[in-house]
Amino acid sequence: MEILGISVLLIGLFVGFGVLIGILFGFFGMGGSFLVTPALLIMGYPARVAVGSGMAFVFGTSVIATLKHRDLGQVDYKLGVLMIIGTATGIEVGKEIVLHLEELGLAGNIISITYVLLLGGIGLFVTYEALKGDGDGGIEHDPDADVDAEAIPDIAKKIQSYRVPPMMTLRGGIQVSLWMILAVAFATGLLSGFLGVGGGFIRMPALFYLIGVPVPIAVGTDLFEIMFSGGIGSFLYAQSGGVDLSIVAPLLAGSALGARVGSAATSIVDESEIKVYFGAMLLIGAIAVATRQVGDAVGIEILDVVSMVLILGAALLVSGAVVYSSIVSIRSEPHDERPSTPAD
Amino acid sequence: MFGIETLSGSSYATAIVGIVLVEAMVLYVGYGTLTRLAGPEIMARMRGD
Repeated sequence: MEILGISVLLIGLFVGFGVLIGILFGFFGMGGSFLVTPALLIMGYPARVAVGSGMAFVFGTSVIATLKHRDLGQVDYKLGVLMIIGTATGIEVGKEIVLHLEELGLAGNIISITYVLLLGGIGLFVTYEALKGDGDGGIEHDPDADVDAEAIPDIAKKIQSYRVPPMMTLRGGIQVSLWMILAVAFATGLLSGFLGVGGGFIRMPALFYLIGVPVPIAVGTDLFEIMFSGGIGSFLYAQSGGVDLSIVAPLLAGSALGARVGSAATSIVDESEIKVYFGAMLLIGAIAVATRQVGDAVGIEILDVVSMVLILGAALLVSGAVVYSSIVSIRSEPHDERPSTPAD
Repeated sequence: MFGIETLSGSSYATAIVGIVLVEAMVLYVGYGTLTRLAGPEIMARMRGD
């Protein structure tokens, strides 16, 4: 039996995969193209369709997740618009560097090595920070509450100390120079354009560690920005027929449910519990990309499958941890603190 | 699919982005309604009430 030209079994697979990705996307503000595109490539879809459909899926998911975070008051629109400006410029420069490297015949290897180093580096850093943390770092539920100075990472404090006018006041009372925001946005955009990825895994930690934005607002603002970059990317790929709706529609149906769970979990789960898993997922992602590169270099196709199993396993582990921690938190709430309605 | 095959170039791309956007909004509202209706029961079960 077929719907939209594909089998019901495949639709079920896409919906299930969508739920998994939606949880990660809603919770961390990342994990879309990083997971979907490699999966579609391994399933045999052409690169153009895999990338284009992945991007359209990321666009749809980010719309849903942004609406959810907006309802929770976790989107800083001023910061989002500034980040879009800086990121767009960075992406353009990143693309130019890629084109130049392609002319020299060096693009493939340099991009892969950079991707592995970056993913692994951020993964190690986040894991280290989570493990050395004091463990009491729950998420601040009131997005407009002033940020506790001790909760701001040291690097962010350093960046905030450069008081080059004009100064911008962000959610949580954080004051940062406009130029610092644009510099961080440009740097993350540069990497995003250079690596050809949405950049959530770069931008979300950058907003938290470099600018000092509280994690829930970093996630919501990152999603807001992805909505624009994903929309533009989808449009560009769709012009050349690179977006397959029979892939995007079921994936989105699943991820909409998952994103609802993931977004709600940001207000329930203790952030420090999940950061370790997030770091581990990035590290496993780096190993998976390295494995695929080695497989391509030496011509061992099975390493592509190993790479995909690593990515899917990590995604399953982390989304499972988010759901499990949410249930444990809800069950451990005292009766008088329990909400009368679900945390939607 | 969705009757947009006859379109081309930018019109086709706009239609694709529009369909994804509409699907996202419908899913957001649909799942939101479902959460409001079934949410309290699910939460009560998760708490073990």
